[in-house]
Amino acid sequence: MQEAKNLKEYRKTVGHALANDFLRQAMDNFAVAYRTSRGNAFSGMDVADLVAQVAETKDRALGELDQLYAQFKQRAEAIGIRVHLADTAEAANRIIAGIARDNQVHTVIKSKSMTAEETLLNHHLEKEGLTVTETDLGEWIIQLRHEGPSHMVMPAIHLSRHQVADLFTEVTGKPQDAEIQRLVKVARRELRQKFVQADMGISGANFAIADTATIGLVTNEGNARLVTTLPRVHVALVGLEKLVPTLGDALKILKVLPRNATGQAITSYVTWISGPAEYGGAEHAQKQMHIVFLDNGRRALARDPIFAQVLRCVRCGACANVCPVYRMVGGHQYGHIYIGAIGLIVTYFFHGRDKARNLVQNCINCGACKAVCASGIDLPRLIKEVHARIQDEEGHPLQSTLLAMVLKNRHLFHSLLRSAQLAQRPVTDQTHYLRHLPQIFAREHRFRAIPAIAEKPFRDLWPQIRPQVAKPRLRVALFAGCVQDFVYPEQLIAGVRLLAAHGIAVDFPIDQSCCGLPVAMMGEKKAARSVAQQNVAAMDPARYDAIVTLCASCASHLRHAYPRMLGDDPTHGANARAFADKVQPLSVLLNDIVGIDAGSFSPVPSKSTVTYHAPCHLCRGLDVHAAPKELLIKAGYDFKPAGEEETCCGFGGTYSAKFPEISAEILSKKLADAASTGAQVLTTECPGCVMQLRGGARSQKLSLQVEHIAETLVARLKKVDSEK
Amino acid sequence: MMAYAVDKEERPEVQLFRQAAEKVSAVVVQVATCDQAMAYAVDLCARKEACQLLMAGCESPLSPAADQLCGNKQQKVMAAPGLDESSRAALAGLCEENGIVLTGRPLRDHLAGIDIGVTWADFGIAETGTLVIASNSEELRLATMISEIHVAVLPVSRIRHSAEDLEAELRARMASAPNYLAFITGASRTADIERVLAIGVHGPLELHIVLLGDA
Repeated sequence: MQEAKNLKEYRKTVGHALANDFLRQAMDNFAVAYRTSRGNAFSGMDVADLVAQVAETKDRALGELDQLYAQFKQRAEAIGIRVHLADTAEAANRIIAGIARDNQVHTVIKSKSMTAEETLLNHHLEKEGLTVTETDLGEWIIQLRHEGPSHMVMPAIHLSRHQVADLFTEVTGKPQDAEIQRLVKVARRELRQKFVQADMGISGANFAIADTATIGLVTNEGNARLVTTLPRVHVALVGLEKLVPTLGDALKILKVLPRNATGQAITSYVTWISGPAEYGGAEHAQKQMHIVFLDNGRRALARDPIFAQVLRCVRCGACANVCPVYRMVGGHQYGHIYIGAIGLIVTYFFHGRDKARNLVQNCINCGACKAVCASGIDLPRLIKEVHARIQDEEGHPLQSTLLAMVLKNRHLFHSLLRSAQLAQRPVTDQTHYLRHLPQIFAREHRFRAIPAIAEKPFRDLWPQIRPQVAKPRLRVALFAGCVQDFVYPEQLIAGVRLLAAHGIAVDFPIDQSCCGLPVAMMGEKKAARSVAQQNVAAMDPARYDAIVTLCASCASHLRHAYPRMLGDDPTHGANARAFADKVQPLSVLLNDIVGIDAGSFSPVPSKSTVTYHAPCHLCRGLDVHAAPKELLIKAGYDFKPAGEEETCCGFGGTYSAKFPEISAEILSKKLADAASTGAQVLTTECPGCVMQLRGGARSQKLSLQVEHIAETLVARLKKVDSEK
Repeated sequence: MMAYAVDKEERPEVQLFRQAAEKVSAVVVQVATCDQAMAYAVDLCARKEACQLLMAGCESPLSPAADQLCGNKQQKVMAAPGLDESSRAALAGLCEENGIVLTGRPLRDHLAGIDIGVTWADFGIAETGTLVIASNSEELRLATMISEIHVAVLPVSRIRHSAEDLEAELRARMASAPNYLAFITGASRTADIERVLAIGVHGPLELHIVLLGDA
């Protein structure tokens, strides 16, 4: 449970988590194993189609939430279920405590429910004098430790067998060995006795099917079956967003949920309960079944044009499983109660701004969560939207306001960069790196060498290097992006040479500015929009066959965010959409559009071994996976694939300045993975990744040479007539 | 171990069911008659090792309260709710021959655990190796929860490809309330400690599926 009061305090707790070796190892093993098991579980299936079906099913249900609730309630009451609607978490807890009082309940057993975690139900019932026992193994463990869950599906993933053995020693009063199979059996016996005694069972629900008033429970341990069977009272606490019209809808979700959560085709048990079933307990007692539906902001959320989709969430936990930040810091630092990307978002809605303020800043924007989400929620964008909303509510921090102000004015921005180049001279020591970090960069930035600003930006070099292409097969505009324009102009020069060598005429519209992603990341929506308008005005898409960029982050932002921000703008809308459609990464243009082959490169195979890092905004942002690697092979390199090719490098633009400790750890993992391929060169297609990886390789004194793919390819280019 | 001849080639659906169920560690056998199914269950119980007279987990150091529930079980206990008269009679005879108690008491008297629960399954879902068991009867429900080994008899004619193929039948059952319907796939499992798979956390430690062929 994340409760830091400010960003500084939050960073401190994150630092403690980073120092927890067991946690780090456990998270690493999990991240790698999950990828494989999910892949196997979906093998031979059209995952994108399944996810689209879940999204469609949930969206439809969310659109008629009130009707579904009314339908469920009517049917439920007809078959003997008592239905309650709680507006708030507090109200839900009070209703459940009331049911317990009315039925002289003393002991309660629970199966796993994130909704009950959301309302802090156990605390409430315990204050009322009830004895509550969680029966899901992981939940029981964290209950005994007075902790919140660190994962939505595996709540005790942060603990070792030794910690569990110590805990069980305390619970049983007998020494326990740290042997997992035995510990599980101890839990079986200890909890069985709790089942036998309990007066009331509380469950959650994965589905609430309106037409038959059925709840569906998806579990592995079988405890939910005992919880719903043995005690005389059963209460299900269910978020309103779990309502679906029919069994068919639930089955569509069930096809994806366990595969995405744990890589299982289905869980051991799926239980469908429609009404109070036969009860053979105490004589003269009747089974009572209650369903408490929780609103707690859900009905308002369902009507929100931007955020309604967060209610599609089926609580599979996959967004945490693939998150590079979660992998480093664990669930207690990556959510308040709900964990992972979805947790960052719903914390704001369910638990308030105070709990969400720091969390929403800890997203590196790699898009891994969006790519894996069971219901296709645009998680990274919504995290940014929450961040922006909090800033609009509370006022923008000075740093963010300043950056927004500067970026909106290209001339100011560029002249600041030019004066920074002059100012840095005393600290670069004639190298391409800043030898002594200027004031704004604190000690924790030393995990990577910071590159110096180039003596001449690309825009000043352009008139001299501009190639003449006689009969061009394509005309393209080059979108440079600020990092390559001002820090790595040589990457752009290499790119221009590659394009010209293949008969492509390149233009560099001089009024272009930063793409605007850095301000969007900081929640400065107005500035992001203003910069976008300037860029669209700077290059008329009708004049070009493509707008090519060598920066994956720019490409993804231009392609996806521009139409979203400007699409409905009367003056820029049509142009912005046309602009976005023309955006292409260099590798796609060369490999897929122009279709260059090995004939473009030197016929003698290279002696260099090369591995590749896939920039997040290229592989997930633009769904480009093969083109860069195919080009490397065509260029005659000995290509060595890396195991974690598509894992984030830890840069994330302004993220690495805000959370340098996390960024450094992600980077170390990345470099170790790349180095383990034995390759001499690590190449990638984004200057941000180059900055991070090259700086890290230099600080760690690795022999690995980090390049932009334009540089890697141009080195192998065969001299063609036009260049002779 | 008894062996039963499989007389004819399995339907692809049956093969798929078998593979999927075995993937989650269910034991799948095929028999030709009901009597053979009962004999399989009794044989399994008779072969259950003597040390397993102790209920699962009872050999561990437990708190006094949990230890008390372990009690002393002198004989192996089976339960078979929901069987028809003739199957039950056959089973009772075999149990007696093997010194096994076929309990007639309510299973709430056996919450500490029983050795084997024998039930019928209503449908099989081939894609996932899932059993569908209509569990309105509390006895039937408990037999599938508190037994250490659950033996489910599934007529192969009841196997469908996917859950979607059963949608109409399942909906009809849900519409006749109250209704408690169980999908069971493999034994009870957890990976809550260090993500290490452990079988038998709350429910059965083993699931045996006896496919009853179309004779």
